Amino acid sequence: MTFEPKIVGFLCNWCSYTGADLAGTSRIKYRPNVRVIRVMCSARIDPTFVIKALAEGADGVLICGCHPGDCHYTEGNYKTMRRYPLLKRLLADYGIDDERVRLEWVSASEGKRFADIVDDMTERLCELGPSLVKSALATDAVER
Amino acid sequence: MAARKLQIALYWGAGCGGCDVAVLDTNEFILDIAAVADIRLWPIAVDGKYKDVEAMEDGELDLTVFNGAVRNSENEHIAKLLRQKSKLVVAFGSCAHMGGIPGLANFVTREEIFTAAYLHNPSIEPGNTTIPHPETAFDGSQLTIPRFYKRVYKLNDVIDVDYYVPGCPPAADQVKAVFEAVIAGELPAKGSVVGASERAVCDDCPRVKNEKKVKHFYRPWQIMADPDVCLLEQGILCAGPATRSGCGVRCPSSGIPCRGCYGPLPNVVDQGAKFLSAVVSIIDSKDPKEIEEIIDGLPDFAGYAYRFGLPSSLLQRSVRT
Repeated sequence: MTFEPKIVGFLCNWCSYTGADLAGTSRIKYRPNVRVIRVMCSARIDPTFVIKALAEGADGVLICGCHPGDCHYTEGNYKTMRRYPLLKRLLADYGIDDERVRLEWVSASEGKRFADIVDDMTERLCELGPSLVKSALATDAVER
Repeated sequence: MAARKLQIALYWGAGCGGCDVAVLDTNEFILDIAAVADIRLWPIAVDGKYKDVEAMEDGELDLTVFNGAVRNSENEHIAKLLRQKSKLVVAFGSCAHMGGIPGLANFVTREEIFTAAYLHNPSIEPGNTTIPHPETAFDGSQLTIPRFYKRVYKLNDVIDVDYYVPGCPPAADQVKAVFEAVIAGELPAKGSVVGASERAVCDDCPRVKNEKKVKHFYRPWQIMADPDVCLLEQGILCAGPATRSGCGVRCPSSGIPCRGCYGPLPNVVDQGAKFLSAVVSIIDSKDPKEIEEIIDGLPDFAGYAYRFGLPSSLLQRSVRT
């Protein structure tokens, strides 16, 4: 059986979720590996959500928000922009591959761009293979 | 007939001994404890052997105060033994509560630790190849030492824990309050974090808080900090916003940033993640390149964010271990 990565996608309601919607209504074909969770703003994505997704077995986490300057709440995506690089450094110390967590700006008109991002990320994760986080934690209980 | 004295044990796992000293820091109150309790095991201060504990009836002890994390098979064995013999077990101090400083070892592998400690280190004789093995044949007999686990666990990973007393070490007045509660039989709900407040350290911090906007982070030794103003506002990393109070704000009050030893606030699952959010929110920039440069001023951020609680974080350890 070929490996199908599980990607948890956190999409902001105003731009990226609408962009993903446009990909669907435009009948654009893209990989079905992303599980979309709609949030009102990319700033709502607490680093805890990303870490929890990884701890519970996600192979990758995709964060999408409005392009800088376009935030429905004026400043929300700038908060995401500041959070993301430090989160990546934190995850690197846990030994989590850089490409497993990705931030992209997707506007409501960029259905094609959303589809391309999901295709590309799925491809990269297929090359990387499954995330070992969940299975490693499961072995800790039996093998000290 | 005199009332039956409380039977208590104090034990250390992978710790530094500071928690035991914190018990002694209650000064003359320790005599009050001795008046109402028999200390049956306390390796740092009282003569008591493992075999004495093994000989006890189940539940014979009223209270075990366990400090230190679980790093090896001896820590786990004694934790399980004391759990069996004890009506109440308290995880005492950051290490037992969340993994503590020893828990930071979860960012590296057992092999890396042994290499650094026994093989390649400036203070090691060159060419040394001796590392501890659980079993060694010597002079016709078999010597055993505890097995070093591949990662560090917090106490409730290996046994059921009734109460948690946070802190590195717990503040002396909080230690006293815990013993008084047990002596009086006034116990909170099982699983409670006791000897701590429900607020953040910032809520109790006397420093003046204005608007937080920083362009540069500093290590504490790099600047002369204003003694009356919030440390974060001055660009000094302080874990106050993501840390439970109850410590008496000892560190920020004396010019040292909070390092997070009292652990996460109630209902927070991952202290480091919350701390990360708080820290980046004060960065004064909208330019990705400049943001990267500003966070370059935070070396080993993960080590700071999980200084006392890596084994209790959601990911618990590096996937490499």
